[in-house]
Amino acid sequence: MMQHLIILPVLVHLITGTVNLFFWGKPQPQRVISLLGTFTAMLIAFALFNQVRSEGVMVMHAANWKAPFGISFVADTFSSSMVLFTSFAGFAVSLFSAAGISAVRAQFAFYPIFHFLLMGLNGAFLTGDLFNLYVWFEVIIMASFVLITLGGSKAQMEGGVKYVSLNLLASVIFLTAIAIVYGLTGTLNLADLAITLPNIKNQGLINITALLFFIGFGIKSAVFPLYFWLPSSYHTPPSAVAAIFAGLLTKVGIYAMLRMFTLLFHPDAFMTAIILIISLATMLTGALGAIIKTDLKRMFSYLIICHIGYMVGGLALFTQAALGGAVFYLFHDMMIKTNLFLIAGVIKKIRGTTNMPKLGGLYHSYPKFALLVAIVIFSLAGTPPLSGFWPKIYLFQAGFANTSWVSNYYVIGLIFSSLVTLFVLAKMWKEVFWKKLPDTQIHVPDHFQPLSFMKKLSLVLPIIFLAGITLYIGLDAERVLTVANDIAKEMLNPKPYIKAVLGHL
Amino acid sequence: MKNIILRTATAYLIPLLLLFSVFLLLRGHYHPGGGFVGGLVASIAFVLHGFAFKMQNTLRLMKFHPSKFIPVGLAVSIISSILPMFFKKPVMTGLWLNKPLPILGNVGTSLFFDIGVYLVVIGVTLNILFTISDSGQQ
Repeated sequence: MMQHLIILPVLVHLITGTVNLFFWGKPQPQRVISLLGTFTAMLIAFALFNQVRSEGVMVMHAANWKAPFGISFVADTFSSSMVLFTSFAGFAVSLFSAAGISAVRAQFAFYPIFHFLLMGLNGAFLTGDLFNLYVWFEVIIMASFVLITLGGSKAQMEGGVKYVSLNLLASVIFLTAIAIVYGLTGTLNLADLAITLPNIKNQGLINITALLFFIGFGIKSAVFPLYFWLPSSYHTPPSAVAAIFAGLLTKVGIYAMLRMFTLLFHPDAFMTAIILIISLATMLTGALGAIIKTDLKRMFSYLIICHIGYMVGGLALFTQAALGGAVFYLFHDMMIKTNLFLIAGVIKKIRGTTNMPKLGGLYHSYPKFALLVAIVIFSLAGTPPLSGFWPKIYLFQAGFANTSWVSNYYVIGLIFSSLVTLFVLAKMWKEVFWKKLPDTQIHVPDHFQPLSFMKKLSLVLPIIFLAGITLYIGLDAERVLTVANDIAKEMLNPKPYIKAVLGHL
Repeated sequence: MKNIILRTATAYLIPLLLLFSVFLLLRGHYHPGGGFVGGLVASIAFVLHGFAFKMQNTLRLMKFHPSKFIPVGLAVSIISSILPMFFKKPVMTGLWLNKPLPILGNVGTSLFFDIGVYLVVIGVTLNILFTISDSGQQ
């Protein structure tokens, strides 16, 4: 069974989604099946991660067509750890949706589509083929489009149209870039491309193609100036859906960017400067956007954009410290952003709104919940022993080590946006938890209190689970750092990856 | 639609279309055709019946609602693609019978994969069309 481990994260969600389709219109069995499926996926992801850590890069050639002709699935440390963190977020959201997704939405195929989305994500992480990566991106878009419009309210339709049109544009650009690469080299296997691309005479065209890839993935991961679809769509769907989007969808764009620009393309000085400026602008616009928003979900959306900038900058600096920091931040960000939207969901259940001026007094009425949220907020702000602190040290270090003027500004941007993040979170803490509940809002009924114990548990347990993982990342940072550094080494030296796929160099 | 020509022609066309769809399905592995095209042709047969004799009668004729075809087809495809895993081969590897069967020819897992696609395509196409015609009548 060990040799099939690599494809199981994809298959388990495909099978769970299909079994859920047999229970069309019956939410209760779907909930149980979905929980079982995501739990199994978590075990499989653990097994895959351990296997890759002990035995090195794993490869499977689908349908037994050898690379570079068939589609290869490759699991190195990076992709297997992405699968692992995705499975954590998937399990948490599946648990949360047992009470957080209304029965009406669950009747209309919420669970099957949710699992197809997770399948697409795992496929995108594990594939070793450029066109197959595109196909998985399409699976993700289709599934997320259904999820974002499920329920059919006017705001959701508006958000969905913005979301899907920009993402389709990204797909078109991505596909064009793939076509150019295929025209130049005649192969789409990533490992094979890593060998053939440097030997192409027309390197100018390859740099242009690299920029096309950067734009395509840039739209998907919401970098400046292509981010505006994100804050105008992420606050519309239910919190469980927004959580999975926030935690995983932009991150798959970052994953693809890191993979492309380490394996296929190597940024030269010009491109490094461009990417650094873009990352700086992303951080600043995200941070400034977060200051002015009064709605929790919109504010968190801008924080997503802000922190995407950190990782893109880490890619541009292209040293082991920078890449390790970016990867570490990616792991931390996946857990935190999922959790933030789940927290927003619980707050909405309690107070009926996520608009900060109308909130207040949560510290008084739910002290334990406030403590839980505090852990998440301190981790995100980067208070020393917690998870946001370690990757930032590495990014600072890499930024100072690089002597170009842009990287100085990158460091300044990093400090500024970290401070703004802290300020925004402090403001949110004051508004939501410390402030007295406004008099106009006292009569709004609390929908959390009357819920049964099981339902309360299914809303709060995922937040505890993700907060626990965040705490683990922060407190046992040594182990995560080892993994992140190994990933950075793999990125800087892709030879083992290529050798595992092609069998030669 | 009360059109005698359409109704009479439909009665003759439906079996032809259904047979042709199965022909396309079986032919598909090495020649043009396959589950996707076959499924489209088969759903044309039902849509034609719907035009001539109203959609409600088509639904009654089919016994199962078309949405039931989707999970069944997906399940058939999944099983045929994970079957090689139990023979220690990668996912989706084609497993073939040693001897060709009469009429059908070589039978392997890819035929069942195509049958799954065929069912999914019928299910999705008819589901969409019936839903649209439902909302048109209301």
